[in-house]
Amino acid sequence: MIERIRSSPRTQQVLGLLFGICFGFLLQKGGVTRYEVILGQLLLIDWTVVTIMLTAVFTGMLGVHLMVSLGWANLHKKPGSVGRTVIGGLIFGVGFGMLGYCPGTGMGAAGQGSLDALLGGVMGMILGAACFAAIYPKARDGLLKKGDFGDVTLDQILHLPRWLGVALAAALIVGILLLIEMTGG
Amino acid sequence: MIHPTRETRRWLWFAAAMMILLLPVLAHAAEAFDAQPYVQTELEAEPGEGLFQRARWSPYLVGVGIGLLSWLAFLLSDHPLGVSTAYARTAGMLEKLARGSAAEQKAYYREYAPTIDWQWMLVLGLLIGAVLSAVVSGDFRWEFVPPLWEGAFGHTPAARIITALVGGWLIGFGARWTGGCTSGHGISGTLQLVVSSWVAVLCFFIGGIATAHVIYYILA
Repeated sequence: MIERIRSSPRTQQVLGLLFGICFGFLLQKGGVTRYEVILGQLLLIDWTVVTIMLTAVFTGMLGVHLMVSLGWANLHKKPGSVGRTVIGGLIFGVGFGMLGYCPGTGMGAAGQGSLDALLGGVMGMILGAACFAAIYPKARDGLLKKGDFGDVTLDQILHLPRWLGVALAAALIVGILLLIEMTGG
Repeated sequence: MIHPTRETRRWLWFAAAMMILLLPVLAHAAEAFDAQPYVQTELEAEPGEGLFQRARWSPYLVGVGIGLLSWLAFLLSDHPLGVSTAYARTAGMLEKLARGSAAEQKAYYREYAPTIDWQWMLVLGLLIGAVLSAVVSGDFRWEFVPPLWEGAFGHTPAARIITALVGGWLIGFGARWTGGCTSGHGISGTLQLVVSSWVAVLCFFIGGIATAHVIYYILA
């Protein structure tokens, strides 16, 4: 049954659309499609973005790891390297501060009428992705490989059973959320 | 049928314990519902009566919702929630329109084919979902310059659009460089405990916090 759903491209397109509608609805209701809320987070005066992200990670983590151990789901881990993850992450970060939206919230912002997100953000992101595609062959064999650490997980580098890694991450997230609550978010 | 092994049983116990832990969070979210909307500026619409008419939901409720959505994405689509690949596929489709099938020969578009897949539909849906949410709550408004920008730099639509365009370019470039964005790395990768995703999301915020401080505390 699940295999039939997963292997039908048409069903997957419909599911993608439905998941997207829910995702966009939630992002807009959370306020994170507003420039003020993202910049408020980056200026460290409004902790809405981090609160939403950590709550989503906490909830998602429990279900996904449970489903993986039941054999219902597979992990999809992204490999990283110093050259890929750190450099790319910092480039992204500078853009994040300038645009005030990210790829998902920028599309959501366009949907609530924010024209800076549509004309600047969405256009810019497509152009940026096109430029990366142009330099990709060079980057792939150069910087992207520097300091490779593969797709290791936190529990693997700490030599812990996976459920203990999940428990530690869950405790860390609850701790950070409590701290945000206590300092007034 | 599932035959519960010792491993599975351990996981079930663990999940049950975590769900109990989650209850206070949900209770808090429900409480926050009855209070004022989380972020309410003067410009925003008055909250309506029903749940969907409210301009803002508690960030805990939104977070739990996104978390549950990621369960469904892993289960039904065997795919983590992610967004930025769709921008690369769109770039490929535009290049294909402009230059024909030569664009498809590019190494990157051979790895990420310029086609309408699950994730491309997700991003289209994201746009529709945000329109629905904003229209239903009266939070929809056409806006070139966000109020925060206007307060610091005046009504300067050209400067705002150019900054957004450069920022967007860096995000599109950087997201493909690092292999994910705030969704793919920031939520889906971190929830799988992948080291590269935790490092990436830290770098997103380090770069973002530094840039935002330069813009609002030095340039403004």
